[in-house]
Amino acid sequence: MTTDAVSRSSTANQNEETIVRYTFFERINHWIGAVSYTYLLVTGLAFWSPYLYWLAAVVGGGPTARFWHPWFGLIFTLSLFVTFVQWRGDMKINDADRAWGRAIPDYIENHDEKLPPVGRFNFGQKLFFWGIFYSVILLLLSGVALWYTETLPWSLRFLRFIAILIHSSVALITIGLFLIHVYMSAVLEEGSFGSMIHGYVTRAWAWTFHRTWYYDVIGKPRP
Amino acid sequence: MSQAATELIRISGHAGVVPGKGLNREFTVCKLVDTTTCIGCKACEVACLEWNGYTFTETTFDNTYQTMPETAWNYWNLIKFNEHERADGTMMLLMRKDQCMHCADPGCLAACPADAAIVQYANGIVDFQEANCIGCGYCMTGCPFNIPKFDPPSRKVFKCTLCNDRVTVGLEPACIKACPTGCLHFGTKSEMKELAETRAAQLRTNSGFQDAGVYDPAGVGGTHVIYVLHDAKNPELYGGLPRDPQIPWSVRLWKGPLKWIGNLAMVGGIVGMALHYMRFGPKKEEPIPPNENNNNNERRV
Repeated sequence: MTTDAVSRSSTANQNEETIVRYTFFERINHWIGAVSYTYLLVTGLAFWSPYLYWLAAVVGGGPTARFWHPWFGLIFTLSLFVTFVQWRGDMKINDADRAWGRAIPDYIENHDEKLPPVGRFNFGQKLFFWGIFYSVILLLLSGVALWYTETLPWSLRFLRFIAILIHSSVALITIGLFLIHVYMSAVLEEGSFGSMIHGYVTRAWAWTFHRTWYYDVIGKPRP
Repeated sequence: MSQAATELIRISGHAGVVPGKGLNREFTVCKLVDTTTCIGCKACEVACLEWNGYTFTETTFDNTYQTMPETAWNYWNLIKFNEHERADGTMMLLMRKDQCMHCADPGCLAACPADAAIVQYANGIVDFQEANCIGCGYCMTGCPFNIPKFDPPSRKVFKCTLCNDRVTVGLEPACIKACPTGCLHFGTKSEMKELAETRAAQLRTNSGFQDAGVYDPAGVGGTHVIYVLHDAKNPELYGGLPRDPQIPWSVRLWKGPLKWIGNLAMVGGIVGMALHYMRFGPKKEEPIPPNENNNNNERRV
């Protein structure tokens, strides 16, 4: 990134100066994915358990939910594909990530100062991304078999058996990833949620959580 | 059966005993299909269409007398014709009336996610309530007999009702009424089972069908449609009747252990995150140390 991303504020306190973390297009794409995933979660949970079937009523009733669930799945897949194109470089797992991964107890206990510096995304974020990426491939394949289940001939019924198991168990994995993602970004790490709304983080935030990326943005050689 | 509504327990202002009380009548219904006396006339197919009000569907010619390859959303009753060559070289035409078996342990109902889209009555009838059906097709995955059929325009699934509307008012199902040879019988489960066993014994002793028997598969808890077969050891000969039908293992796994593992994991995850926040609190940004002055305004052109 160029130094244009750094605000031209002349304030003495560099900590509060902001730098761009997510571009407008990245943010729009993220929220298309977030809204479509939330719809998939609500309708999927309605189909998952009779105790949650009322969730279908919230989004227009069972038949409506059944009709739109696959279409929202396609929207989410498309949004994820755009994310992949945007971030596949930033999501490569490197040696710094592996060192960070070994120090993960410090991350869990909020001793972030003990962690090795990381780039734009840390190891946890990369695992989240690739977890969702491969899950969606499986959800898409099994989802097509469930979408047009009536077109599968009786002799290929084993595909339905496999599809319902894959679709439900992989969906559970994404729910786990989703819960962690929402907790970390909207609750735990202050400044994260806003950055996905307006695109900016403070220099101090970037220095604290993504130091390698911070040095790259401000154009200073990594120490 | 309809008698459930007519068996009295108490009568107001009535002297003496309550007539009919405590009959302990069996209410479970059963249809018996004796494949050995079926002539393949398809009167049952027509009666089913007539009673249920569906128009006739286009037929498919496959070098047999069979109307179409399998039942359809608006064609619930289909005679399956199978030419079978016996060990002595002679040919038998095996004809089986294919339809919903009304399982005691219905796979369609186990797989269905929609509240009250499939119900099972105390008389054994398993009935689809299309008003509540969401059209997901999971019943098609749960059924071991390939019975529920999807209608794309209405996005609903349909199947044989065992003429629930007729049975509740004391009539026999339409197919039974139309059968000219008497190969179709209707009554309580125990009556039909007894009749079927009598017929199977007759076939074994008098007609030389050593393997004649009754098809009432235990894997789905027994069914409310049972067959007498000439060769009960090879039900597959009768147009793919499964030897040991079961609710698919994946449906059992999905609706059983996976559900509880998933629910525990989701609730556990939420509780775990709440505990983490209370124990370790938020992650806050740290100020950049003063010796690391990164203010690069002067480097800009």
